[in-house]
Amino acid sequence: MKIVGLTGNDAVAEAMRQVDPDVVAAYPITPQTELMERFAEFVSDGIVKTELVLVESEHSAMSACVGASGAGSRVMTATSANGLALMWEMLYIAASCRCPIVMTVVNRALSGPINIHCDHSDSMGARDAGWIHLFSENSQEAYDNTLQAVRIAEHPDVSLPVMVTLDGFIISHTLERVEILEDEQAKKFVGDFSPKYSLLDVQNPVTMGPLDFHDFYFEHKRLQVQGMENARHVVREIGKEYGALSGRDFDYFESYRMEDAELAVVALGSAVGTARGVVDELRDEGKRVGLLKLRVFRPFPRREIVELLRGLKAFAVMDRSNSFGSYGGPVFSEVRSACYGQGLELPIVNYVYGLGGRDTTFEDIRRVYQEIEQMASSGKAPDDIRFLNVRE
Amino acid sequence: MIERHPMDQLLREDRIPHIWCSGCGLGTSLTAFMSALQDTGISLDNVSVVSGIGCTGRVAGYVKLDSFHTTHGRPIPFAVGLHLANPSLKVVVFSGDGDLIAIGGNHFIHSARRNLDMTIICVNNFNYGMTGGQGGPTTPIGAKTSTTPYGNFEFPFNIPHLAAASGATYVARWTALDARRLRKSIHEALMKRGFSVVEIISPCPTLFGRFNRQGTGLDILNSYREQTVIQHGADPAKVGIEPGGKIIVGKFVDIERPTFLDVVNQGLKGKFGPPVEKPRAEELAIPSVDE
Repeated sequence: MKIVGLTGNDAVAEAMRQVDPDVVAAYPITPQTELMERFAEFVSDGIVKTELVLVESEHSAMSACVGASGAGSRVMTATSANGLALMWEMLYIAASCRCPIVMTVVNRALSGPINIHCDHSDSMGARDAGWIHLFSENSQEAYDNTLQAVRIAEHPDVSLPVMVTLDGFIISHTLERVEILEDEQAKKFVGDFSPKYSLLDVQNPVTMGPLDFHDFYFEHKRLQVQGMENARHVVREIGKEYGALSGRDFDYFESYRMEDAELAVVALGSAVGTARGVVDELRDEGKRVGLLKLRVFRPFPRREIVELLRGLKAFAVMDRSNSFGSYGGPVFSEVRSACYGQGLELPIVNYVYGLGGRDTTFEDIRRVYQEIEQMASSGKAPDDIRFLNVRE
Repeated sequence: MIERHPMDQLLREDRIPHIWCSGCGLGTSLTAFMSALQDTGISLDNVSVVSGIGCTGRVAGYVKLDSFHTTHGRPIPFAVGLHLANPSLKVVVFSGDGDLIAIGGNHFIHSARRNLDMTIICVNNFNYGMTGGQGGPTTPIGAKTSTTPYGNFEFPFNIPHLAAASGATYVARWTALDARRLRKSIHEALMKRGFSVVEIISPCPTLFGRFNRQGTGLDILNSYREQTVIQHGADPAKVGIEPGGKIIVGKFVDIERPTFLDVVNQGLKGKFGPPVEKPRAEELAIPSVDE
C-alpha cells in the first residue's frame, strides 16, 4: 500500500492502470477528460497493454466496448452527462448482452440548459438501463469502487456492466489523500477474465444480439433481472474481500453515528462528506443524529436500508437530481417505496439539492436536520418536495 | 473618437468578455463572419446562427442574433429543422471541427448530400480545444495532443474533400490570417444557394500549438504566411493537410445544384398546393463593398 495525492480522475486512472484492461474506447467530455488523458499516457508509455481507441462519439465508444466485450475482452471506459446520454441505446445493449463493462461516470448535470458542473441527473437517468451503480464519496472510494466493479461485473452469477460514479469537479478535480494498493495486490485481486462465451472462441461459435421476439425476449429479460438480484450477494462478498485486502470494508451503505440516532439523512456522493461534518457538529451539541451513505443504488438494497432506518423518529432523503412529475427524486422514491410493506411509517422528507453544481454547505445540511427535528416532534412530514438553496 | 465598436450591434455585450484564449483564431473568424453578414445586407431579423459544443460553439451565445446553442455534434440537424420550418431564414451553422466532423460527422455528410440551403462555418484547430486538447478526426498524422503524446496514428479527414464529395455547392478554406479573403468568402457562402462550407484553419496556441511547439498565436499566424498557398479551383481531394506540408487555401468548389427544397417542390408540384419558396439571393442582397 502506498499513500499518494490524487484527484478523483487520477485515482480512477490509477485503478485502470492496475486493472490493465484489454480495450478502452472513449470520447472526450468534461469533467471526465483528464481521466482518459492520464490513461492515454499510460498507454503511450507502454505501462499498460490496453488497446485504446479514441472514437468519434460516445455512442461509438459504448458500441466499441460492447464489441470488445463480446469478443471476450476486459473492457473499461468513462464518460459524463451528455456523453452518457448519447450512449443510451448501447447501455441497454451492453446490459442485455451481459457485457461486464466497467464505466466511470463523472457525474455532471445533463443539458439543458448547458452546464458542466455536478449533479446526478446523468447516471440517475440511466438507472433502468440494467447497469449496477456504485456511488463514491471521495477519490479513495472512486479508486476502491473501480477495482471492485471489475470483480462484480465479471462474476459469473452477475455478468452485468457496472458504472462507478464520482461527483464532477467536487471529486474528479480535487486532490486528496488516496491509498493505492500495490500493483501486485490489485492485479491479484481483480484476477484474469475468462468469459463463459466469447465471439472469438471459434470452437464454440455464438451469435450476440439477434432478434428475440415474444417467444424468448421475456425470459432473457427475466434472466437479466436474476443477474441483478445475484449482484446483491456478490457486491457484499467482494466488498468484504476487498476490506480484508485494503482495510476498507464495503457494503451497500455506510452508517455514520447511527447507533442511537433519532434523526438521519440518507445521501450519496460527495455531499456525504459535508453531512458527516454536520453530524459531528450536531452530536457535539447533544443531538442524536446520524447519516446513512448509500453506495449501491442498483441493485437497491431495499430490505437492509429499512432495518437501518427503523430506529429513527424522522429522516430526510437527499436527491441530486429531479424526477419531474414524480413524488420525489430517484433515491427518495426508492427509499420510500422500500419502507412501505416493511412496517416503517416514519415522517420522511425529500430534499433536491446541488443541481448544476450549486454548492451545498454545512448551513444547508443543518437546515435539513432542523426540519426533520420538527417533523419528529410533530410526527408529520411535509407533502411536498423541498429544494435546498434555490431562489424561488 | 469612436465610442462604439463597429461590431457591437452584433454582439451580446453582457456575454463579453469571451472565453477564447489570447492568440486564438476565433475572434478573427467571428469578425469575418459578422463583417460578411453586414456586407450582404441581409436583414438581421432573417438570420439565425446555430452552434454546437466546443470553443467555437460559444459563437451562438455571443452573437446578438436569433441563435441556438445545441448539444455536441447536433447543430446541423437543428439547423435542418430551422431551415425547413422557415425556409426564408438565412441559417448559419458556426461550429468547430470536433463538433461538425467527429461526433456530428454523419449530419454533415447527409445534409451536404441533400443539399440543404445553409452555410457551414467550420473552425478547424486540429484538436478538441474546449476539453483540453485531445486528438480528433482532423488531427494530422504525427501531431501531438493530450491523448496522443507520441503523435497521432490516425489518418485525418480532409474537410473540403469530405464536403465536396458529399455534395456541397460551395467549398472554401482560409486561415485565420486571411481575414479579408475570409470575409469575402463567407459573404459568397452566405449568398450561395445550397450547402456552402467554409473551413477556417485556426491557431490554438494554448493546446494544439503548445503540444506541437508552434509558439504563440502570432507565431502560428506567421507560419501560415509561409505555409499557405492560394489555389482557387484546386482538386479538393488534393488539399489534405500533412505535417510540414503546405496548407492549400482558396475556393475549391462553386457549383449549381438543386437544393433539397427545390427537388421537393418540383417533385410535389401541383400535388398539394403552392410550393414553399425561398427568397432568391439577389432579393436579399445589397451590393457589397469589395476589398
